[in-house]
Amino acid sequence: MAEQIVFFIFTILVLGGGIGIISTKNLYYSALFLSMTLSGMAGYFVLLNAGFLAAVQVVVYVGAIAILILFAIMLSRRMMTSSEPQTNRQTWLAAIVSPLLFIAILVLVLQVNWPVSSAAPTGDALILLGMSFLGSYVIPFEVISVLLLVALVGAIILARDTHTDTGREQ
Amino acid sequence: MTAIPLSWWVSVATALFVIGLYATLTRKNAIAVLIGLELMLNSANINFVAFNRYTTPNQVGGQIFAVFVIAIAAAEAAVALAIIIATYRRSATVDVEDIDSMKF
Repeated sequence: MAEQIVFFIFTILVLGGGIGIISTKNLYYSALFLSMTLSGMAGYFVLLNAGFLAAVQVVVYVGAIAILILFAIMLSRRMMTSSEPQTNRQTWLAAIVSPLLFIAILVLVLQVNWPVSSAAPTGDALILLGMSFLGSYVIPFEVISVLLLVALVGAIILARDTHTDTGREQ
Repeated sequence: MTAIPLSWWVSVATALFVIGLYATLTRKNAIAVLIGLELMLNSANINFVAFNRYTTPNQVGGQIFAVFVIAIAAAEAAVALAIIIATYRRSATVDVEDIDSMKF
C-alpha cells in the first residue's frame, strides 16, 4: 500500500510535469517542468529497484540535460517571446491523433499476459551492472564512450562562433 | 512481489510517450521539440526498467539498455542544442517552420 502511495506521488510529478510542458506557453517554464518530470522518473527508478539508474537520472538528466536546455533557451530567448503563439498548424490534428494513439497502445498492451516473475530481486544490482558492462556488454559500452566523445567534439565545433561578429548578440 | 502491477507502469509510460509526441508535433520552438523528444526517451526508459524488474528480476539487461538510452539522449541533446544555437546565430530564429533552407 505504501508503495502505491509513493507511486502515485511520483506519477503526479511525472505526468503533471508532462502536462505542464505541453500547456504552458513560456518555454522557460517548460524546461522547469521537464526537470520536474525527470526528478519523478528518478523516483520511479528507486521504486523499480534500480538505484544506480536513479542516480544517473539525477546527475545526467536533471543535472546536465535540463540545465543545457535552460542555457539554450536563455541564449535564444529574444526570438520566441511568450506572447506569440507557440504551436503550429498541426495542433488540432495532433490533439486528435495523440489520445487515439494512447488508447490504441494501451488496449494492445493491456491485452497481453506478460510473463511476470514473482521472484524478489536477489543480490546487488550494482554489482551485476558493473559485471555486465565489462563482461557481455563491453563492446556497446566502448562504442557508447566513443559516441559521447564524438558528440562532445561535434557540439563544440557546431556551436563555435566561426565569425567574429558576436556583436549581434548584444 | 511488489504491490504495483506491471500494467500501471506501462500505462504511465504510454501517457508520457503520448505527451512527448504531442509536444514534438505541435511546438514551433526547436528547443520545445527537443523537450518532447526527451519525454519520449524517458517513457521508453520506464518500460525498459519496469519489464526488467517484473519479468527477469535477477538480471539487469533492461537497466543496461536504459543506461545506453540515457547516454544517447545526452549526446543527442548536446548536438541538437549546438545546432539550435548555430542556427540561431546564423538566421536569428529557433522556429522550426522558418528553418527550411534545405527544403526541396
